[in-house]
Amino acid sequence: MTLMTQQERLRGELESLVAQYGTARNALMPILQEVQRKYYRIDDYAIQVIADLLDIHPVEVHSVVSFYSFLDFKPKGRFVVRLCQTLCCEMADKDRVARQLSNDLGIEFGQTTPDGKFTLEYANCIGMCDQGPALLVNDKVHTRVTPEMVNQIIESCRQVFGLHATQPMEH
Amino acid sequence: MITSTCKNLTFATIEAGAGLKRALELGQAGIIREVTDSGIKGRGGAGFPSGVKWNLCAAAKDPQKYIVCNADEGEPGTFKDRIILTTYAGLVFEGMTIAAAAVNAPKGILYLRGEYTYLREQLEAELQALRDDGKLGENACGKKGFTFDIEIRMGSGAYVCGEETALIESLEGHRGEPRNRPPYPVNTGFDGHPTAVNNVETLAWISCILNKGSDWFRQHGTEKSTGLKLFSVSGDCDMPGVYELPLGITVDQLLAEVGGSNAKAVQIGGASGRCVPGSQFDRKIAYEDIPTGGSVIVFGPGRDMLDVAQNFLEFMVEESCGQCTPCRYGNPTLLEGVEMLRNGRCSAGYLKELVSLGESVQISSKCGLGQSSANAFLSIIEHFKEEIMGRTVDAV
Ligand SMILES: Cc1cc2nc3c(=O)[nH]c(=O)nc-3n(C[C@H](O)[C@H](O)[C@H](O)COP(=O)(O)O)c2cc1C
Ligand code: SF4
Ligand code: FES
Repeated sequence: MTLMTQQERLRGELESLVAQYGTARNALMPILQEVQRKYYRIDDYAIQVIADLLDIHPVEVHSVVSFYSFLDFKPKGRFVVRLCQTLCCEMADKDRVARQLSNDLGIEFGQTTPDGKFTLEYANCIGMCDQGPALLVNDKVHTRVTPEMVNQIIESCRQVFGLHATQPMEH
Repeated sequence: MITSTCKNLTFATIEAGAGLKRALELGQAGIIREVTDSGIKGRGGAGFPSGVKWNLCAAAKDPQKYIVCNADEGEPGTFKDRIILTTYAGLVFEGMTIAAAAVNAPKGILYLRGEYTYLREQLEAELQALRDDGKLGENACGKKGFTFDIEIRMGSGAYVCGEETALIESLEGHRGEPRNRPPYPVNTGFDGHPTAVNNVETLAWISCILNKGSDWFRQHGTEKSTGLKLFSVSGDCDMPGVYELPLGITVDQLLAEVGGSNAKAVQIGGASGRCVPGSQFDRKIAYEDIPTGGSVIVFGPGRDMLDVAQNFLEFMVEESCGQCTPCRYGNPTLLEGVEMLRNGRCSAGYLKELVSLGESVQISSKCGLGQSSANAFLSIIEHFKEEIMGRTVDAV
């Protein structure tokens, strides 16, 4: 039995994504979005393989990844917390929520916890302006967030790690 | 789950499928005539007449055409498209199918912003139900030879991708950088094919128009701004939420409706819109006076208008695609100017230069983002000079 390397596994996965979405250039975004979702990043190796499979230059892929704020070269945490920083949430006192998030996670905005579990970021308006302050944790939205609620939101994420503690991180 | 206050929406009273049924009876020319007669203009912000857009797209000679629904809703203060997609997605898919019948397009794409990923599962389920019901697919709606299906594509966190040509770039797998127009998407759109891009709300209204008739729609609104419109209301008011109101309503009337009558100013149209001071609350919200995609942010007496200008400029600096110089360099320079004003270090002469820079960014930028990024700043400078100039550092 041969052991599959991480890279071989990633390549296999990319090949099946390309089989699903096709090799046309317009398949690029859905492919990148899937890779980001599964691996929390799009690394140089993934970029090279996707470029080969779509028959475009890796620089093209690189340039697309660099454009979108939800696509990243560097590994993101399993949970990406995005606090809205736009006017309505600002008026609803998002600064206090920001402070508490930073305190409870022990990191600044733009950083990822050393265990790779949480990334803390700002987002621009997420369409919850009547219910600010609003934040997203991955795809889940929380509204009217108060500093007291922050701890509970983070703890509910940590419980997920409890359940999957035996599964290795993928990156 | 995620509830916003919204009452008495026309969308709640519309029988599913009735508009589409009538559309298929009317045929291509009939649909376009009905939409044109209704006078409806795009609800996404730019206000282009939808009937004209569909007519151009229908006239394009290419068997491969696309209907794109713009669900990238990213304008600060806007959330009405989220409400529509959460509760009335059926009307949006129906509107896309009507558009397909009107311009003869076999394929539709809903471009959903990444921030709304939580809506995707439900939307996919609704699409599948329509397929199972024969409303989408080959011989859709039981009409022989009418093929139409809808696919959902996701955005990845870029406001500028709401601009229709940037959206198309993104769909094609490129950076979301706006293109020069012309050519317009109705001629050269997704993958080079004619494409009609419409806002979520526009499509939902068109389903209603086909159902209830263009005369019904014209009963509401003004001569130049026909019909009803959804407003996303937030900020300092008693009842924020989504409101359905006729276009042409004055700012005063709207404020009374939402419990914001003590407002000192209102931002209409989001970060790319304008700030309306109390002295102008008798103005109309309509394409011919104050145009808007529906974002209304209310500022109570205690708000610092410089905070407003700063937050919006920060937004524009972050979201600019950086492709053209006025927008890439102009907006950060305006933002620095706000910082100087905040510190009470801006001379009247420099303020004048900032205003003229703002006006240059408006006229020399390539897309709507840069063309409107200075609006909020300029209108705040114009109306709130007494509040903004000669600050001492710790003044509020
Ligand atoms: C920076 C920028 C962002 C935009 N964002 C959106 C958006 O989120 N949704 C939308 O429908 N239109 C948006 N638009 C307007 C679109 O370019 C286009 O006019 C609209 O989708 C056409 O649909 P309509 O005619 O039905 O309004 C944006 C325009 C600009 C310049
Ligand atoms: S105006 Fe701004 S957002 Fe628009 S193309 Fe130019 S740099 Fe990009
Ligand atoms: S301003 Fe925060 S969600 Fe819109």
